[in-house]
Amino acid sequence: MGRVYRCNLHMHTCLSPCAELDMYPSSIVKESVVQGLDVIAICDHNSSENVQYVIKAASGTGLVVIPGMELCTREEVHLVAIFENLEGLASLQEAVYDQLDGTNDEDAFGIQAVVNEAGEVEGFNEHLLIGATGISLNRAVDLVHSLGGLVIASHIDRTAFGLIGQLGFVPPDVPFDALEVSAGLGISQARQRYPELRGYAFVTSSDAHFVGDIGRASTRMYLESPSFAEIRLALGRLSGRYVLE
Amino acid sequence: MMLETVSERLSLKCKCCWENLKREVTGGYAGDLLSDVMANSSAGNIWVTRQVHQNIVAVAALKEHAAIVIVQGATPEKETLDKATKEGIPILVADMGEFEVVGRLHRLLYPDQG
Repeated sequence: MGRVYRCNLHMHTCLSPCAELDMYPSSIVKESVVQGLDVIAICDHNSSENVQYVIKAASGTGLVVIPGMELCTREEVHLVAIFENLEGLASLQEAVYDQLDGTNDEDAFGIQAVVNEAGEVEGFNEHLLIGATGISLNRAVDLVHSLGGLVIASHIDRTAFGLIGQLGFVPPDVPFDALEVSAGLGISQARQRYPELRGYAFVTSSDAHFVGDIGRASTRMYLESPSFAEIRLALGRLSGRYVLE
Repeated sequence: MMLETVSERLSLKCKCCWENLKREVTGGYAGDLLSDVMANSSAGNIWVTRQVHQNIVAVAALKEHAAIVIVQGATPEKETLDKATKEGIPILVADMGEFEVVGRLHRLLYPDQG
C-alpha cells in the first residue's frame, strides 16, 4: 500500500564551500525531521565525504538519506547524481577527482569541512570543489547511469550553472531522469514556463546551503516505500508510482 | 592604462568601488566559463563577461583582476555587488555586447596591434 512521501533530493553539507558550517550531518538530519521530510539526498559540489556521516546521523530517525553528489560538468552545468548505495557514489567520486583540477582557496570560496555524525571535524577537503570537472555533460550522464545512478539536471531555471542558462536549451538526446526546478519557481509554474519539456519528470528541491533553507521546497512522490528504487519508478512514472505536481 | 580612462572611453557605468577606478590595467580577458577564467586570466586584467552571479567576484578576487565589466546591459545581482564592495573590485556595466566591448577594449589597450 503506497502513500505520498516528501522528498528533498538536493541539499548540501558544510563540505560544499558555499554552504554554511552549520550544515553538519546531525544538524541537517534534525532540521529535515522537523520539516517533515521523509527522504533527503546529500549532494555536495563534486564531493561526497559527508554522505556516510549523514546516513549515520539519521540512523533511528526514520529519515531516509540517499547518497549523491552535485557534479559540475565541463560546460559548467550542475547535475545531481544519486545512487542506491555508497559504492556507486564512490566510483563516481573517483572519476570526478581524476578530472578535477585545482586546490581550494578558503578565503575566496569558503571552507570545505568533513564533519562526522558526532559533529567532529574529520578534516578539510583540499580539492577545488567549486571548479568544473573535465567531464562533458553527455559523458557525465552516461557515467552515472553506468554506475546505476540517476541524473537530475540541477535548477534548470537558474541562469547560472543550469542547463538552459549554460547551453541555451535542454539537449534533446540526453536521457536525464528528471529536471529540477528551483524552490522559487516550483513544479506547477515550471510546467507553464516550459511546455516543451513536458516529456521530462520535474522535481523541485531546496538546494539548501543553509539550515534555514532545508524546508523551503521538496517533491511529493507517491511510493510504496521511501527508497531509491521507488524513486526511480516514480520519476519514470512506472508501476503506479509517480511525482505529484 | 588607468581603469578610469577605460571606463570613460567605453562609456561604462560603474556600479561599485568607484574609489578603485584609479588603478592600472595590465590587459583584458573575455570569458563566461569560470573554470576557463580561473585557468587563463592574469592579475590586473579587466574581465569581460556576461555572468552576473556572485561567484564572479570570488574568481576576480582570487585572480586579482582590476575590474569586472558586465556586458549587454545586464544587471549584476545584489549579492554580487555586496561581495564586490567587500573585496574592493569595481563592477562596470556596458550596454554593448561582449564582441563590441572586447574589440574596443583591445583597440584601446593595444592601439598598435591590427
